[in-house]
Amino acid sequence: MAMMTENIIEIRNLWKIYSSSVIHQDLNLDVHRGEILSLVGGSGSGKTTLVRQMIGLEQPTRGKVKVFGELMDGSVSQHVENARNRWGMLFQHGALFSSLTVFDNIALPLRELKTLPENLIHDLVMLKLDMVRLLSADADKMPSDLSGGMVKRVALARALALEPELLFLDEPTAGLDPESCESFVSLIRTLQSALGLTIVMVTHDLDTLFELSTRVAVLAEKHVIICASPKEVLALPHPFIQSFFLGERGQRAMTALNLRKP
Amino acid sequence: MSDLTTPNLHIDADKQDISVRATGVWIVQQLAARGRLDEIGKQLAHVHSKNNSDNDKVHWDLSGITRLDHLGAQFFWNLWGKKPPNHLQLGVGHDALFERLAQLGDVGLLKSPPLRFAWLYALGGALFRFSDHVVGFIQMLGQLALDTGKLIKHPLRGPWREVSANVFHIGAQALGITALVGFLIGVVLSYLSSQQLRLFGADIYIVDILGLSVIRELGPMLAAILIAGRSGSAITAQLGVMRVTEELDAMLVMGIPHGFRLILPRVLALVIAMPLIVVWTDVMALIGGMVSAKNALGLSYSFFINTLPAAVSLPNLWLGVGKGAAFGLLIALTACHYGLRIKPNTTSLGEGTTASVVTSITLVILADAVFAILFKDVGI
Ligand SMILES: Nc1ncnc2c1ncn2[C@@H]1O[C@H](COP(=O)(O)OP(=O)(O)OP(=O)(O)O)[C@@H](O)[C@H]1O
Ligand SMILES: [Mg+2]
Repeated sequence: MAMMTENIIEIRNLWKIYSSSVIHQDLNLDVHRGEILSLVGGSGSGKTTLVRQMIGLEQPTRGKVKVFGELMDGSVSQHVENARNRWGMLFQHGALFSSLTVFDNIALPLRELKTLPENLIHDLVMLKLDMVRLLSADADKMPSDLSGGMVKRVALARALALEPELLFLDEPTAGLDPESCESFVSLIRTLQSALGLTIVMVTHDLDTLFELSTRVAVLAEKHVIICASPKEVLALPHPFIQSFFLGERGQRAMTALNLRKP
Repeated sequence: MSDLTTPNLHIDADKQDISVRATGVWIVQQLAARGRLDEIGKQLAHVHSKNNSDNDKVHWDLSGITRLDHLGAQFFWNLWGKKPPNHLQLGVGHDALFERLAQLGDVGLLKSPPLRFAWLYALGGALFRFSDHVVGFIQMLGQLALDTGKLIKHPLRGPWREVSANVFHIGAQALGITALVGFLIGVVLSYLSSQQLRLFGADIYIVDILGLSVIRELGPMLAAILIAGRSGSAITAQLGVMRVTEELDAMLVMGIPHGFRLILPRVLALVIAMPLIVVWTDVMALIGGMVSAKNALGLSYSFFINTLPAAVSLPNLWLGVGKGAAFGLLIALTACHYGLRIKPNTTSLGEGTTASVVTSITLVILADAVFAILFKDVGI
């Protein structure tokens, strides 16, 4: 598996500067096909910003971001448009359309294709709802009537609507109860094996991180200090990594990791 | 035709059995291509017409599918009437998709049955909403009275910073637009009247006509309509977004009452700013009228200015300014009323803002009519 490393995302010498503050400085990162890459870093270290640049919501100040081989520089071409249908994004705060019901939120990307019959869309939406463990009774609710965790799950269902090859998850498990976290982890794993998904995930949740990640990219000092398997990352003697993973919280999660991979 | 990626069906029918063999990539991007589903549907209609009684005779072979996603699986599933067919061969790893579909079963959206007498419900709903608005408005008025009492008791603890910020946004920043509109209306009004007056040789009455109509009616109305559109909508939208972002709830939790900190300062600001804007609009409209009168009738500026005090008695000015303050109160209350009722979604935000502007302009015109009747003996 390690041999066939086709890069789905390539980031080269990326700089991102907001008016006066440098967020990313000479950052390099590759995402391979079929892997689950976790992006970790302190709060405000620029994880969301990095993901937003990958999907072209924001342009790098300097450097290149390529996704599916297309340069994400803000130019709108048919290629970029097509690429856009091949990824889904789960936003940190859900970003549901507040004036549409849960059902319509998930159906929206399908309806946008303008070719699918409504009964097929209906079935697919119900399937997606079931996948994220929501009840069909929730389908009629408005986003403002949902709990925080439900918003996350609806947003995930919407991100999955077009069966993307590449999925961006910004803190998918923040705000979920432990059981939902578990089921989320198993959902992602089944999806990944069934659909061959590539996933880029921002997370602070060490359990999810160790359970799922093929590789972990650590964002500190304005660039990726290491991008490697969880074990290798843990072995790196860097103050951020030491405090992030090797605190008491980290120890517990690592026990889980060791149990999983004896 | 049988490109490797396009989803394809190969149908072989001998005497007894029909075999349907699917190949290619059955995923969203492929199936959503224009016309693709119709084409496949047509091919299948063929199968069904051949053999519409007996599903037993159809052999489905999906093992040639290279990629299958939930849409593709759901498509077949629906074809089979939401249960697996008797003769089915699946590709490697594809059975999980169908297992999930089988597990899910047939769930539908709960549809409430259509109502009889729907119009009656609609009428009742409208009545309740209307009375709800009226009650809400009166409540807010009462709260405003209480808050004003509180302010008079402890004037130093008043939200003066908010008041001054609002006076600046609502008043000072509206000077440009009110001046422009006032001036132009003055020009137009004066020009039209002067043509009529010249017919009767009553040129000098232009001062009376302009002075009275602008100071008593047009100035306050113009200012009120402009401010309702400009600031009423802004207030509603501000409060609405605060609802969407839960800022309103956060304020309540911190023990900051909405009435005292959000409504009172806006009402105060409008009640202070509106009379000033009315005077400003009056002046601009009169200047416009004066310029136009000079051009059309040759009345000198000094004549116009000297005759004005005699033509328009002082009570008219007080009436105009007083109306300004009353309109300000109405606009602020309406804007706050709708702003606080916005529900946390974008549609409601748009509807609330529209309703706020429409209602406040209507209320202003209604109030103006009431003023006209009440004060018909004053100043004329
Ligand atoms: N539009 C913007 N303009 C200016 N600065 C911004 C902008 N967006 C983000 N930033 C800054 O960039 C930095 C990184 O923000 P980002 O949202 O990427 O953090 P993050 O790593 O996702 O944090 P968290 O884990 O808290 O979500 C922050 O310091 C933020 O203030
Ligand atoms: Mg973030």
